[in-house]
Amino acid sequence: MKLDAKEPAGELDEKWTKYRSTMNLVAPNNKRRIDIIVVGTGLAGAAAAATLGELGYNVKAFTFHDSPRRAHSIAAQGGINAAKNYQNDGDSVYRLFYDTIKGGDYRSRESNVHRLAEVSRNIIDQCVAQGVPFAREYGGLLANRSFGGVQVSRTFYARGQTGQQLLLGAYQSLSRQIALGNVEMYNRHEMLDLVKIDGKARGIIARNLLTGKLEKFAAHCVVLATGGYGNVFYLSTNAMTSNVTASWRAVRKGALMANPCYTQIHPTCIPVSGDYQSKLTLMSESLRNDGRVWVPKKVEDAKAIQQGKKTGLDIPEADRDYYLERRYPAFGNLVPRDVASRAAKVACDEGKGVAPTGLAVFLDFASAFERYGKSKALSAGINNPDKATITKLGKEVIEEKYGNLFQMYEKISGENPYEYPMKIYPAVHYTMGGLWVDYNLETNVPGLFALGEANFSDHGANRLGASALMQGLADGYFVIPYTIGQFLSQEIRTEKIETSAPEFEVALKETKAQLQKLIDIKGNQSVESFHKRLGKIMWDYCGMARNAEGLKKGRQMIRELRAEFWKDVFVPGTADEFNTELEKAGRVADFMELGETMILDALDRNESCGGHFREEYTENGEAKRNDEDYTYVAAWEWDDNEPIVHKEALTFKNVELKTRSYK
Amino acid sequence: MNLTLKVWRQNNAQAKGQFETHQVVASEHMSFLEMLDVLNETLISEKKSPVVFAHDCREGICGTCNLVINGRAHGPQKGTTVCQLHMRAFKDGDTIVVEPWRAAAFPVIKDLMVDRSSLDKIIQAGGYISVNTGQAQDANDIPIGKDVASQAFDAATCIGCGACVAACPNGSAMLFTSAKVAHLGLLPQGEVEAEARVQSMVNQMDEEGFGMCSNTGACEAECPKEISISNIAMLNRQYMASVLGSKTGV
Ligand SMILES: Cc1cc2nc3c(=O)[nH]c(=O)nc-3n(C[C@H](O)[C@H](O)[C@H](O)COP(=O)(O)OP(=O)(O)OC[C@H]3O[C@@H](n4cnc5c(N)ncnc54)[C@H](O)[C@@H]3O)c2cc1C
Ligand code: SF4
Ligand code: FES
Repeated sequence: MKLDAKEPAGELDEKWTKYRSTMNLVAPNNKRRIDIIVVGTGLAGAAAAATLGELGYNVKAFTFHDSPRRAHSIAAQGGINAAKNYQNDGDSVYRLFYDTIKGGDYRSRESNVHRLAEVSRNIIDQCVAQGVPFAREYGGLLANRSFGGVQVSRTFYARGQTGQQLLLGAYQSLSRQIALGNVEMYNRHEMLDLVKIDGKARGIIARNLLTGKLEKFAAHCVVLATGGYGNVFYLSTNAMTSNVTASWRAVRKGALMANPCYTQIHPTCIPVSGDYQSKLTLMSESLRNDGRVWVPKKVEDAKAIQQGKKTGLDIPEADRDYYLERRYPAFGNLVPRDVASRAAKVACDEGKGVAPTGLAVFLDFASAFERYGKSKALSAGINNPDKATITKLGKEVIEEKYGNLFQMYEKISGENPYEYPMKIYPAVHYTMGGLWVDYNLETNVPGLFALGEANFSDHGANRLGASALMQGLADGYFVIPYTIGQFLSQEIRTEKIETSAPEFEVALKETKAQLQKLIDIKGNQSVESFHKRLGKIMWDYCGMARNAEGLKKGRQMIRELRAEFWKDVFVPGTADEFNTELEKAGRVADFMELGETMILDALDRNESCGGHFREEYTENGEAKRNDEDYTYVAAWEWDDNEPIVHKEALTFKNVELKTRSYK
Repeated sequence: MNLTLKVWRQNNAQAKGQFETHQVVASEHMSFLEMLDVLNETLISEKKSPVVFAHDCREGICGTCNLVINGRAHGPQKGTTVCQLHMRAFKDGDTIVVEPWRAAAFPVIKDLMVDRSSLDKIIQAGGYISVNTGQAQDANDIPIGKDVASQAFDAATCIGCGACVAACPNGSAMLFTSAKVAHLGLLPQGEVEAEARVQSMVNQMDEEGFGMCSNTGACEAECPKEISISNIAMLNRQYMASVLGSKTGV
């Protein structure tokens, strides 16, 4: 299959402007006759549905949540990037473009990323106009912070709740369109199949979760904004119900899954405390500005801590290994996420982990207490303060900066992080891979579009902090409303698509049969137990570090697990009622197929880049890319036996490919 | 720790519900919802139907979780959603009563899960600023004082959980509604529509079957985000102004 990215011609910085002003439009009278289905109402989907409604299309929006306000986007903490250069510190569209390409380890498409950087500025304007209460300076202007190892301050934030405030902004705009009748909202409806007619995406089959009834919905095109698939690992920072089903059902209908192996593992999360654990909680990246990461030098000390016989405070300075500072003197504790995560794994693999599970490292604020304490004492005019006074003052400063995070840590871990060093461990956080899309955000299935975390478009092999919110909103507010016209302008003569078309009936029957099959297995193991086992296989063999042998073993294990699932899973109740276990069962079945594809992708990519680290491809222990052979997007076509890879070559005309070094 | 749970079970809105008693062994490190996960795994292994409860982020931000624990919305800990509540807050041997939100405007769907779409309807009635995509001026064109921005932010942190309604003896949604009215009304961008907004949101609230506010303050006490009751005073002021100033009157 030839993958045509449909990048417009011309210079990089003119492509989008020129394209936008010359592309085909749909006249207002025609818009009223065109139906669009938007699945997913997180940042990307709510922004898209609201904007398409404003433009005059008939929009039907779907979410399996009880309200669009609950999408996983609500949990984003840190902030959103935009090349506003309000701080006058040398930021520009080009710099944001460049940082994103480089941060992605040169595995994304130049034209898409440049467009993202361009529209980033409009996003902030739009959100402020909606009433998003971003942080402000005393003069009343917007405040920024720096984030994710870049050299400018371009991150806009709303305390530690940026995702919440942005999502509520989009939700409110969507609510307005619902009230105006431009968007019909279907809450608690889960898309379970894509319907194609003559090769084009023309509708979906959705299950009304409250009644269990399968329903048919038709439209001229379908937009998926259904989020990421980090929960394939079972434990992740994603919300509990985030899943891959919508995308995966599209893949089963011929859409391609691009770069599925690129997973972002975030270094600072609260460690797993037991088998019952259901999810992991992120501690903002900003903590690494003041915390020092270490483990004991001696394995005996680590053992004693694991057994509760010692705490971090009992380990003298000389016996501590501040391994990030030692290995990466130039960046120290501020190395990028992927590097910090792998280093923590190395330390714990050596037996130096500091939690009962052996899987945690310290994030220690003691020297920050001292540093801030001294300067606060000085400014308060306290001469020769004693150590206790310094520490006390220092703790106050830290509380001002990170009080809410420290409090959350204490709520979850039950340990006071002002007294004992925090314990952290990497956790799955974000998936860069997703449905393959061209410049129009259209998949290889005509009329099927993908937005937000559900597509693969902009982050290459590694995403920079505060860039997912930017991408989701860019896609929804400022890209799809234009690019969808390229497809729809060819459809103005198409009659209304009716659900009476035979293709709908076929899809409905298949979906019904699959649900019934899950119910009829009546085996002995819970859905949850399969999900946990899948997660462990993924984490062990396709997690922070991968190698060919492990990947092959992992694939075999998943295939066995899949076979066992279809023989022995137990789903209580029936398919014709509200049934949360049945919902989960379908999602786990899809995760297993996705997991296998991720492993195949990781096996195919014989290099280390960004979030994908292959132990065989390193240089002095650091990741080693292979630009000659792997500068491509791997887009996978599903097949029950042997999925097939298609390749889109990436060309870089505006940046030079370099090795990322943090030493 | 060994616990006795009295859990509300109800098949649907029409069915009559009842309490079911279960013994659970939990660890103090578990969250309350993880303790319920353990109960559900046991029920499933006995081929029984699991207890349905709503949840998603488990980080206290999505507003999905909603349990009344020993008579208190979101349980005993102040400023904490039930998903952030850990079993350390309980003692070995405790009996814990778990119920859904109970309010006229929140019909039970199943067991501990209720339908809160009435809250969405209130927002649809006017909880927004009427601006289309692409119409905005530069974000820094209108400076907003740090204090005002911060006050608006405090109101905007409402997670739409509905605990205020569940805690209120009248089942009123005043705290929820006032939080949105205050958030938008405080900002220059939202001020323009303030009068129309407050009227239609309050009317919608009545239409959805929420009760009247009689200033008991129970909402503020149980709100996991500690939304201030002073927002209600602001709503009342705006509402009065809109009614008195309105040409159509009431
Ligand atoms: C803890 C945490 C913190 C983060 N912090 C930041 C940050 O500071 N900055 C940043 O830029 N990014 C951050 N991210 C990443 C960012 O939040 C997400 O990538 C982004 O919000 C995804 O938005 P989305 O609209 O693509 O998908 P989502 O918000 O996941 O929305 C998916 C939508 O699709 C619906 N859906 C899915 N499947 C179906 C189906 N089959 N049928 C019907 N509906 C369906 C869901 O109901 C939901 O409405 C963070 C992520 C996490 C986990
Ligand atoms: S005001 Fe508080 S209790 Fe009420 S919905 Fe908002 S967060 Fe929940
Ligand atoms: S589950 Fe999201 S707030 Fe509790």
